[in-house]
Amino acid sequence: MRSLSLLSVEDVTVQFGGVTAVNSASFEVEPAAVTGLIGPNGAGKTTCFNVITGLQRPTHGRVVFDGHDITRAPVNRRARRGIGRTFQRLEAFGSLTVRENVRVALDIHHGRHWRKSTDQAADFLLREVGVAEYADARADSIPTGTARLLELARALACGPRLLLLDEPSSGLDETETKAFGELLLSLTKRGVTILMVEHDMDLVMGVCSALHVLDFGSVIASGSPAEIRANPEVQRAYLGAEAAA
Amino acid sequence: MGAFLSYTVIGIFTGAAYAIAASGLVLTYNTTRVFNIAHGAFGMVFAFVFWDFSQSKHLPGWLSLLLVLLLVAPLVGLFVQRVIARGLGSAPVGVSLVVTVGMLVALIGVAEQIWPPAARSMPQFFNGKVLQLGSVSITYHELLTIVLSGVVAGGLYLFLNRTRLGTAMRASVDNPDLLRLYGGRPQIVAAVSWAVGMSLAALAGILLTPVIGLQYYQLTLLVISAYAAAMLGRLTNLPMTFVGALVLGLLQSYAVGYLPSTGNLAGIRSAMPTLFLFAVVILIPQAPLRIGQVKGLIAAPVPGLRKSLAWGVVFLVVAALLATSLSETNQLLFGTALAYSIVMLSLVLLTGYGGYVSLAQFSLAGVGAVAYARLDQPNLVGVLLAALITAAVGALVATAVLRLTGLYLALATLAFAELMDQLIFGEPFAFGVNGSLDAKRMSLAGLHLSGSGGYTVAMAIIFVVIALVVLALRRGPLGRVLIATRDSQAACGTLGLDLRWFRLGLFALSAFIAGIAGALFAGLRQTIGPIDFQFFNSLLLVLAAVVFGVTTVTGSLLGGLFLMYLPVAQSNHPGIAGLLFMVLGLGAVALGRDPNGLANRLFGLGNRYLHPLPSGSLTRWLPRPPRRAARREHAEHLEHLEPEALEAEGGAIVVSPQR
Repeated sequence: MRSLSLLSVEDVTVQFGGVTAVNSASFEVEPAAVTGLIGPNGAGKTTCFNVITGLQRPTHGRVVFDGHDITRAPVNRRARRGIGRTFQRLEAFGSLTVRENVRVALDIHHGRHWRKSTDQAADFLLREVGVAEYADARADSIPTGTARLLELARALACGPRLLLLDEPSSGLDETETKAFGELLLSLTKRGVTILMVEHDMDLVMGVCSALHVLDFGSVIASGSPAEIRANPEVQRAYLGAEAAA
Repeated sequence: MGAFLSYTVIGIFTGAAYAIAASGLVLTYNTTRVFNIAHGAFGMVFAFVFWDFSQSKHLPGWLSLLLVLLLVAPLVGLFVQRVIARGLGSAPVGVSLVVTVGMLVALIGVAEQIWPPAARSMPQFFNGKVLQLGSVSITYHELLTIVLSGVVAGGLYLFLNRTRLGTAMRASVDNPDLLRLYGGRPQIVAAVSWAVGMSLAALAGILLTPVIGLQYYQLTLLVISAYAAAMLGRLTNLPMTFVGALVLGLLQSYAVGYLPSTGNLAGIRSAMPTLFLFAVVILIPQAPLRIGQVKGLIAAPVPGLRKSLAWGVVFLVVAALLATSLSETNQLLFGTALAYSIVMLSLVLLTGYGGYVSLAQFSLAGVGAVAYARLDQPNLVGVLLAALITAAVGALVATAVLRLTGLYLALATLAFAELMDQLIFGEPFAFGVNGSLDAKRMSLAGLHLSGSGGYTVAMAIIFVVIALVVLALRRGPLGRVLIATRDSQAACGTLGLDLRWFRLGLFALSAFIAGIAGALFAGLRQTIGPIDFQFFNSLLLVLAAVVFGVTTVTGSLLGGLFLMYLPVAQSNHPGIAGLLFMVLGLGAVALGRDPNGLANRLFGLGNRYLHPLPSGSLTRWLPRPPRRAARREHAEHLEHLEPEALEAEGGAIVVSPQR
């Protein structure tokens, strides 16, 4: 089982001063599938993402990606190993156009191979995620949902093996969310592994093959969507409101 | 032993004064996220006010002190917080740096205008009475300073830990929005911290003046000592700041006592704060990447290749006409303006596109000038070699601070510029024994450009070439990535960009351009000295760049002309010399939030009158006057949107866990 996983987070703890944001969390992400990381607000999900991508040093614990211990590796080297991400609080390059945003990603990715990016390549990625019509708009002028998709296109430009998506569907309407779910599944068919923080339970239950539930920084449950749905502790901690309704 | 103890006493006194200044700096920075480079300049102006009250108006010393500390300084602090610094904490670091540098220069202007240069003395408190302790004598003034620093330390501790307002101040460091949510008032917190910070700057300035003299610049540079001390506490930790201040004061005092006052080591005595600062900066751990997108940056229009070529030719024709018709003196001035414009082009790349502030561009130009003169290769190869040497020096500076970003990087360049002034440029190996170095005019393509007219035309050509290269870089991948790093560092990192080496290369490239400017300047003037490349000029350069537009070539040209004209105007009209500094400084304060500066407003005007209906890719980013049809369309668009979608469009993240 262990050897199969692409990413494993082992016993990670993150403390900010006296506050423990993540408390010895461990979980695994299997390749070519969508794994969900769910939990109430403030459970430490985004902090986990920051630890995996290198934006946050863990106080304790290890991150292993594809057999390599990357706990101490700088952000850019992790990206080069194939970890891409989107952000909960948008990090689009606001003063560039949507197309230029993707071209920057291509520039950075191709720059190492002395290749040039093209508008065509950028437009292809924009069509892929469905925001091609915004290509010439400034990135800080587009709706939130669109900007999230732009961040996805930008991450895809670097040819990631593991994609971390932080609340990707917020800002999307029902139809768009559905299309987005299908996009995720088609990406996994091409071998991309996805770890997703998401609040839309329909989407999570629809596309995830495994779920990890965080509460107060600890992993309180892991398993298939059906197992998680049936887990009484999860219902209490997270789905409580819904279950009661 | 007696001497050692005396130096120790002086060291503790100096350290105590630094601690007072540094704690004000740390307080303001922590509660408002504005690093006030003008902290020392404020201390300087308050020292002048104190001198005015006590020596000129003959008020009693204690009354003057109370008036300055409890009335003048806090009121100025409130004014700054209300009018100048509001919202600065959440702006990009470059903006708050430029605005506070603007205040620094404006304050020097204020001081020069109100108290024109003259010999002024300020006695110590208690008329310099001395307390004799065995073999050591200590003045009551020194004793007072040490006691007051203790009072400040204790007072700040009690205030921050034992009062509601102090607790709110500590909370606002972490999250002003959250503080507001819990009923705290960040505005009041910011106002109090500016008021207290100003009082502390005033106290430090007044206590140090009897020792270092009532001068415009030396007290202004107090900020470097304060900053060096604060760095030991990473700009946040007050106790460590006090430790840093004491260590620095002692080091400086022992350096004065025990290092030789002549020879190569002489400069170290005055450069001690800067050296200390550099040491701390190099040892400080890696700063994490900033997460959070920078908002509200409007890009200036970037002309296409054909348009820039056309303007380049137009400019060359005008420059050639000017250069051949001007008098020799004015040819030299025009050439100087071109050299300054080229230095500004180095900032377009670094600051305009990249968002990094360098306060050392003139020092780098000085390196280029010295290298060109020393290489004695009066041709294009000599210029390029000089530029390469400058690029290497720039890269070296950037390597020392490779792990730092934003504010620390800018302050490190400030320290570097100070070091060059104090340790390098004064040495015989730099500008020679008399501080004047001869340089030859270069030959270009077999043509010896001995006349100032021809040389100026050659400079104009080089300016155009560099401008075209900078614009081409902006249109290409480098420009895109540069702007991307300015907008979001975290995103660039997670896309695989090594920001440290990218920044190093950028610094080197910018230094290369500054080096060319320095080499050309040396050839133009034929005699150069350290005064041409003083650290203070770099501050004026940054301000002029921002006022005239640091994102455009036009801005560079206008800024270069202005920077050339500034000292001319000041020597022609000495009565308003300070006023001109004030205008420049306040101009930067006013325009600092819009890096596109006056040049872009000029384009806006031109476009509005020449093409009433802007169209095409060049004019896409210009502010458009709202037209009735567009407004109606917008209103209809809003009506059709669902409320939830509206919220999403407004940037709020809609989370509905119960869906």
